[in-house]
Amino acid sequence: MIAVIKYNAGNVLSVMNALGRLGYESVLTDDERVIRNADKVIFPGVGEASSAMAYLNEHGLSSVIKSLEQPFLGICLGMQLMCASSEEGNTECLGIFPDRVQQFPKGRGWKIPHMGWNTINKLSDSIFRDNREGDYLYFVHSFYVPLSEYTSSVCEYDGLEFSASLKKGNFHCLQFHPEKSGDAGEKMLRCFLEGV
Amino acid sequence: MLAKRIIPCLDVKDGRTVKGVNFVQLRDAGSALSLASFYSSQGADELVFLDITATVENRKTMVSLVRDVARNISIPFTVGGGIRTEEDVERMLSSGADKISINSSAIREHSLIDRLASRFGSQCVVLALDAKSNPAFPSGYEAVIDGGRTPSGLDALEWAREAALRGAGEILLTSMDKDGTKDGFAVDLTRIISSNIDIPVIASGGAGKMEDFRTVFEDGMADAALAASVFHFHEIDIPELKDYLRQSGIPVR
Repeated sequence: MIAVIKYNAGNVLSVMNALGRLGYESVLTDDERVIRNADKVIFPGVGEASSAMAYLNEHGLSSVIKSLEQPFLGICLGMQLMCASSEEGNTECLGIFPDRVQQFPKGRGWKIPHMGWNTINKLSDSIFRDNREGDYLYFVHSFYVPLSEYTSSVCEYDGLEFSASLKKGNFHCLQFHPEKSGDAGEKMLRCFLEGV
Repeated sequence: MLAKRIIPCLDVKDGRTVKGVNFVQLRDAGSALSLASFYSSQGADELVFLDITATVENRKTMVSLVRDVARNISIPFTVGGGIRTEEDVERMLSSGADKISINSSAIREHSLIDRLASRFGSQCVVLALDAKSNPAFPSGYEAVIDGGRTPSGLDALEWAREAALRGAGEILLTSMDKDGTKDGFAVDLTRIISSNIDIPVIASGGAGKMEDFRTVFEDGMADAALAASVFHFHEIDIPELKDYLRQSGIPVR
């Protein structure tokens, strides 16, 4: 059974639709027992960091998420919340990864949010087995995770390289939206679901 | 490198596509879902569905279309037309739309943008800005509503700046001078808006040939380009367009 963590964030439906297209049923839940007993856990998210963390803390989900041992997939805000802290609302996050989430600097003449299809490179997570260097994935975000020892793929936006994904043990986290990234996104979702 | 996006626009009335779409490949070309799937398989980067249904009752069919599209298509899509309230937005997003676009309703009530951005996030709020050449305005363009019939009294660039400050995540910029002409995008207008605001701009109106896309990306500084009839009538094939742009040195997916 695949548990999709329910919290006050958008795009949950997109993730569940993508799982459905791949032939997988999923359960949207904030029940600790259901999450702990799931074969795999997906932590989606589009939203604002401080209100999302407040919700997770209030519902006792922070400690649950941190202690999960099954394959775990964080997406977009669901990746940023796995870091130590975020500049967005100056928020303390879950701390699986030691990084601080930063805001794209303003006034450089580039467009924020970083929105659209961009390439990922230096792939080093097994869920990218069927993907290629330079595959295009769909991004929408105004905050980013700097490169670190846990970076499992790299994206570049107007000269700034940042973590397109992070990997540590059972925690696979993606800044982009695999559920909205056509075939390239479906490949890695399938790998995750099949337990690569 | 961030790719320039190609976005087909589907006009939908009572759940069916309009504008005389002529597709031999599709069993039911009037089905918005079939057409959307086709464009997605052709490499469209996003889709826009514009609801031109006249009655509130028939708008319900749009919700079921949005639900079907979200289940079947794995690229982002925007829904526009007839969206006036937070409840309208909530209905579309909870049915699976990634973004919504607002136009006249935002001009009539500017704070609608703030409310939508704070409740749903800027990433899903697209401001549709219809602009018409008017030398009386500082930028040379005025924002217009009701399909170009009603002047708003707002300078197009000032309105774009204000919308970005209020929290719009993207601007869908349509030139009412160029729309329907197939005479090329409004490059001057697009550059004025795109180079003066820090959110992405989708250029719309006037696409006639592949070179038009190249020009609006290179000279107009557009982040994305939207078109309808050139795609619907096979005048431009999306894979061919992308090959052409790639060879011209423009990053595309």
